[in-house]
Amino acid sequence: MSELTLERGLAALRAEVDGPVAAFFSSCVHCGICATACPFYVETGDPKYTPILKVEPLRRVWSSEFTLWGRLMSTLGLTKKVTDEMLAEWEELVYDSCSMCGRCSLVCPVGNDIQAMVRKTREGMVASGHAPEGLIAASVRAVQTGSPMGLQWKTLQVQIEHVQSSTGLEVPVDKQGVDYLAMLSSMEVINFPEYLEAITKIFHRAGVTWTLSTECFEATNAGIQIGNKDVAALLVQRIVDAAVKLGVKTVISPECGHAFTAIRWEGPNLIGKPYPFEVVHIIELLDQLRASGRLKTEGKESDRLSMHDPCNLARKSGVIDQQRNLVNLVAENFVDLKEHGKFQWCCGAGGGVSSNERADAIKMAAFKRKKAQIEEVSPERMVTMCATCRTQLEEGLEEFNMDIPVVGLTEMIADHLVEK
Amino acid sequence: MNDPMDFLLWTKGPAFEWAVAIFAFGLLVRVLEIFIIGRRPNFAEPRAGEWGPGLRTVLTRSIADGGTFQRAPFNVVVGWIWHIGFLIALLLFIPHLELIKSLFGFAWPGLPNPIVDLVTAVTLVALVATLVHRLTHPVKKRISTFEDFLVWGITFLVVLTGYLAYHRLINPYPLALGLHILSAEIFLILLPFTKLTHIFTAVIARWYNGASFGRRGVAS
Amino acid sequence: MTQSNKTLGESLREHGISRRGFLKFCAATASMMALPPSLIPSIAAALEKARRPSVIWLSFQECTGCTESLTRSHSPTIEDLILDTISLDYHHTLQAASGDAAEAARTEAMKANHGQYLLIVDGSLPGPDSNPGYSTIAGHSNYDILMECVEGAAAVIAVGTCASFGGLPAADPNPTGAVSVMDLVKDKPVVNVSGCPPVPMVISGVLAHYLTFAQLPELDQYHRPKAFFGQSIHDRCYRRPFYDKGLFAETFDDAGARAGWCLYRLGCKGPSTYNACATMRWNSGTSWPIESGHPCLGCSEPRFWDAGGFYNPLSVPTTTSGGTLLAAGVTGAIVGGAVAALARKQVKAEEADRQPVTVDELEQKL
Repeated sequence: MSELTLERGLAALRAEVDGPVAAFFSSCVHCGICATACPFYVETGDPKYTPILKVEPLRRVWSSEFTLWGRLMSTLGLTKKVTDEMLAEWEELVYDSCSMCGRCSLVCPVGNDIQAMVRKTREGMVASGHAPEGLIAASVRAVQTGSPMGLQWKTLQVQIEHVQSSTGLEVPVDKQGVDYLAMLSSMEVINFPEYLEAITKIFHRAGVTWTLSTECFEATNAGIQIGNKDVAALLVQRIVDAAVKLGVKTVISPECGHAFTAIRWEGPNLIGKPYPFEVVHIIELLDQLRASGRLKTEGKESDRLSMHDPCNLARKSGVIDQQRNLVNLVAENFVDLKEHGKFQWCCGAGGGVSSNERADAIKMAAFKRKKAQIEEVSPERMVTMCATCRTQLEEGLEEFNMDIPVVGLTEMIADHLVEK
Repeated sequence: MNDPMDFLLWTKGPAFEWAVAIFAFGLLVRVLEIFIIGRRPNFAEPRAGEWGPGLRTVLTRSIADGGTFQRAPFNVVVGWIWHIGFLIALLLFIPHLELIKSLFGFAWPGLPNPIVDLVTAVTLVALVATLVHRLTHPVKKRISTFEDFLVWGITFLVVLTGYLAYHRLINPYPLALGLHILSAEIFLILLPFTKLTHIFTAVIARWYNGASFGRRGVAS
Repeated sequence: MTQSNKTLGESLREHGISRRGFLKFCAATASMMALPPSLIPSIAAALEKARRPSVIWLSFQECTGCTESLTRSHSPTIEDLILDTISLDYHHTLQAASGDAAEAARTEAMKANHGQYLLIVDGSLPGPDSNPGYSTIAGHSNYDILMECVEGAAAVIAVGTCASFGGLPAADPNPTGAVSVMDLVKDKPVVNVSGCPPVPMVISGVLAHYLTFAQLPELDQYHRPKAFFGQSIHDRCYRRPFYDKGLFAETFDDAGARAGWCLYRLGCKGPSTYNACATMRWNSGTSWPIESGHPCLGCSEPRFWDAGGFYNPLSVPTTTSGGTLLAAGVTGAIVGGAVAALARKQVKAEEADRQPVTVDELEQKL
């Protein structure tokens, strides 16, 4: 029976070395500015959470095997090795204290994309057997059942029926030849069922032809979170197969952060070729509908609203203006957090942190950065577009006794659709 | 070689050749290591091209964003001061410009010596401040290695010996000048094998960063 | 014939030098040597009574420039007279005798003044391991002559950069294997009066010191009298304010050159050269190279001929390393390219051979 070993971990790390990695490690001058952008460091003050330190295993492999000097030193036995003990020690740094939010990648003065290197380092962690239990369990469940939370179609079916009876509209399933295949996230289905109802209504009013697929409904990708391309590719392939089978032009990624990164940016590279369809985030689609006049709304929220940009959507995918266009459609008192858009602060829960029970305490500590941002602006409600962010915000605000409800943007749009 | 003039002539002769040779060899190895390993193809549909955003980030990453400036003012301000000071002393001091002209065939106008002298003094103070910071700031303490201090040492030595030579604080002058030239040569020799490579590779790293984010529609 | 009973004072008076003129000379000598004015009477008294010392002047691989410098004057100066006053018992250019008679005069003077004569040497000489045939006098090698003459000398004065440091004959590739006096003479006091040629008054100043105090003046690490070689040209140059302000002549006839700006960019070696030219100047204080618009060659320093070119600034390397840079770069490119290509292949192989992580393997970790 084959098992995960240090050797496989090292092989995985070697396979991750590329030109950018070499340029990044050649350029790091140990200035420590990356730490000032990391909520896990900022809110704990513990320098071990310095982002560049998180990728030390990858650096050692690069240095001792991919540089002339390193190779020389290696033959003399003078390089620092990556050991099992080291990887065990690093598990906390690579998973518990990092959401792969990418803020460090934006501030590094020499231009290091540290987030991308954390993603690469996770490949080595998984292959050597040093990933957190929660993420392993989620990956296993996702592969075996189709959902990281073990959600079954039959549970979703109940929700579909509820939406149909409540709205009087059809929720298309397995419809051939429509324009859009909508993906969902298990977290959404379980915690925020309003999403499905919202898109049903919006698509109907806007004349969007769409469908769900019984073969694959899960957008989230536990493989991306744990950082293993094999699991990730397997999960993405299911979406691709479903989309191809139904002949859709575009796949919609739901209100989730990493799911969009998984399908939109990593997916084609995981399967090794471009998609025969396009991928769009629900917020991108809604803004397209708004711009083309197909999204008709009425009335505005009057309370003071602010917004949390999910990292994967804003900083890592450039979807920043769209949500603002949409919220301004339906709100008259919207104010941005001081640092928003590409410089927004991570809520602390993404990148697998929320699936990792061991990281609960540090996740809450990181949230304090978000809390400070919110306090600065004092909104009455927060809007966001990711189920994980939403859950973290709700839990965090409750933890700190802040009575600020959190609402999803899609659901808010749906609430303001012009009644036919 | 027991006299100062012989020492100076050695630093200006064979030592210079060796230093330049090791520097050129090592740097080219490093740069090629980066480019030849290269990147895997990216099949995801891009939102924009790579070159524009890449070059943009090469330039804009020199300016810290407001949040970073607030949270790391020492790094940003003192970093700017000593880098600019170092570059002024290196590239706008007439004797250095003569050196550059002799190596590359062209140079440019310089600054009056007293200005370069003042800038150098400020740079020395700033460099000492960075050492203190590295020894006391928790993040820097945690991530610093011997190499960080070695590189600080040789950088400081180059500027210090230049300052001492200019002010003729070491006698005789051939010894002072020889020490300065030698320290610059050690700097060149260490460059390709330490984080000093960032002088050349930061441009590449920034480009990759800008390109990667630019493809996804973000100006990084 | 070789020894006179006249003292220096008697000799000078014979030449019409007044007491006043003589004291002025002593004061000038004192100030030149940075000696306090209170010593002037003792200098005067000592010089007055000094016996004419015997001086043997050996000329080896030299151009006679040093002698020319020392003897060039349009009107007699006290320096010249001091030279006249010393008993110059052997000098190729100045002595009347030649051939065997000249050699005989030398050996006689050496015998009569054994242990007391001053040996002056100009020109460098082929070292003991070189072919002595490069330079011989009366059939004897320079080396043998020097060793023979040094034996009975009280002190040796190496005049000019050739005798002091090797000078032009010792310049790359040094075909004659030329060495300096101090390379060979280890057991007698040696004073280097370097310069190509040296400033005339420096020689006479050294002699005056020796005659007055019966010992050689304080010397620097190159055995040069600190009184004359203790300051750099740069620190005494009248164009220094221009250097400090950053005003440089860039060609020999540009506006800066005509305005008398600093000559650093035209190759001036003033900063690394120690000599008295800037203060004492040449031709009885008429001028000196920088004042006449030419950069200092650094001629009083060792190996100035090989120090990188007279018109290359001090900050320019002595080697043209364009070829080296290119060769090293190309080698680096080849090695780097090869190593990196191997690495790329290795990475691709790792990717291809990579054993995918399976759910079963993951489950084992739960």
